[in-house]
Amino acid sequence: MPRLNAGQRHPVRLTLNGRQVAADAEPRMLLCDFLRHVLGATGTHVGCEHGVCGACTVQIDGVPARSCLTLAVQADGADIRTVEGLAPAPGTLSVLQQAFRDHFALQCGFCTPGILMSLDAWLRFHPDAGEAELREVLAGHLCRCTGYAPILRAALAAAQHARDGQQAQSRDRQQPRDAGQKLAAPSQTARDGPQAALQTAQRAREAAGLPAAPRLQEGEDA
Amino acid sequence: MKPAPFAYLRAASAEEAADALHQEGADARILAGGQSLIPMLNMRLARPALLVDVMSVRALQRIDVEAGRVTIGAAVRQRDAEAWPDLPRRLRLLAAALPWVGHVQTRSRGTLCGSIAHADPSAEIPLVLVALGGIVHLRGHRHTRRLHAADFFTGMMATACEPDEMIEAISFPCDRPGAGYAFREIGRRHGDFAIAACAAVVTDNGATLAVGGVADRPLARAMPLPATPGDGTALDDALDAFAWDLDARDDLHATARYRRELVRRLGRAVIEEAAQCRA
Repeated sequence: MPRLNAGQRHPVRLTLNGRQVAADAEPRMLLCDFLRHVLGATGTHVGCEHGVCGACTVQIDGVPARSCLTLAVQADGADIRTVEGLAPAPGTLSVLQQAFRDHFALQCGFCTPGILMSLDAWLRFHPDAGEAELREVLAGHLCRCTGYAPILRAALAAAQHARDGQQAQSRDRQQPRDAGQKLAAPSQTARDGPQAALQTAQRAREAAGLPAAPRLQEGEDA
Repeated sequence: MKPAPFAYLRAASAEEAADALHQEGADARILAGGQSLIPMLNMRLARPALLVDVMSVRALQRIDVEAGRVTIGAAVRQRDAEAWPDLPRRLRLLAAALPWVGHVQTRSRGTLCGSIAHADPSAEIPLVLVALGGIVHLRGHRHTRRLHAADFFTGMMATACEPDEMIEAISFPCDRPGAGYAFREIGRRHGDFAIAACAAVVTDNGATLAVGGVADRPLARAMPLPATPGDGTALDDALDAFAWDLDARDDLHATARYRRELVRRLGRAVIEEAAQCRA
């Protein structure tokens, strides 16, 4: 690779949420700024810009990492996944996102994209994760609204859901079923308030043959 | 909070990286995982003219076991070392300390050699290197040299690495049969910088205690082994002398007195734990 000069823009090619993208960046441009200001993917938030707060966490080649501590040119050729890539289809939520909604795991939402990307990566490889392990993953994120307890409950519920899904898959090979992708329309909370959204989510879960959203006590391990 | 402009070179070999440092002089820096350097760039505490990225150098991506030593290249990420299946068998102390390095999200990119180069006095990997008597492998323009960890760290974030040199690898002696190892750390929260961290190695010949987070660099000292668990006035005296010699300072997080007390208590705890788990 030739030397990339300071103050000049150079092509960066990467995969963003499964799509090939290419744009130009100066060597000093951080990956978070490249995502937001050049590619227009503003779902990734930028907080402290020195790796402490975790808001800018994205998945780089499948593992969670700080996009404020990565240069765009370092990410050339990498597979980047951001919060925009979590939902399976427009107007739907991933299981983890739905769990965040069910358990009120966000208030202002600034830290949420980073936390979702960390938990999504962790639960994919550690569906048996318990509370202590998930606390450790969350330790890399700062949230000033929730006090973390609802985030932990949502993470445990998503882990439980992933385990249930695995069991259901092995149990119901002859009876394939909808594993509960269509849980609630995303604008429900805005229209009818959180209680109505919860009830809708609950009805959707029942319709999909899923157990009620688990309500975990503090300190209880799923 | 944005870096000042710099040029970027993705080196194809360690030689190319060292030559680039030689040509650019003190204005060039090696970039590996970036988890210490990029915060410094963002805060403009460092303003290099050139960053030399060594992460795609294949020869530096290796963990080698040879002649009783584990050699870890400059491009090996902390996450990869943690996931190395032989780690708990070859380097129990490093296996115990790695989960304390930053967070999952920074270990996924940060390297072991990068932490050594940064030389933060409270960092875990430099402490383990000093405790085990490890070696830093340096490469410059047309030369290589090796330094013992104790000679490499020279002060607060200061090392014996010259501006035109890079860390090519670090190496540790493999765990020996009959030796015990232990690591403990006290911080405000898990993942924070250590207020004090202690690592102990216990063999038939005695104990070594290394302390981080107290002096301006990690330091190790031989300690007398207690004859029976719980006993050991000689150990208490040695721990007390070490605690005072480390020249602890007050800061926002802890007083010097508290740090000295941690050296006495954590020091005893790790030595006893290492003595108990000798295998």
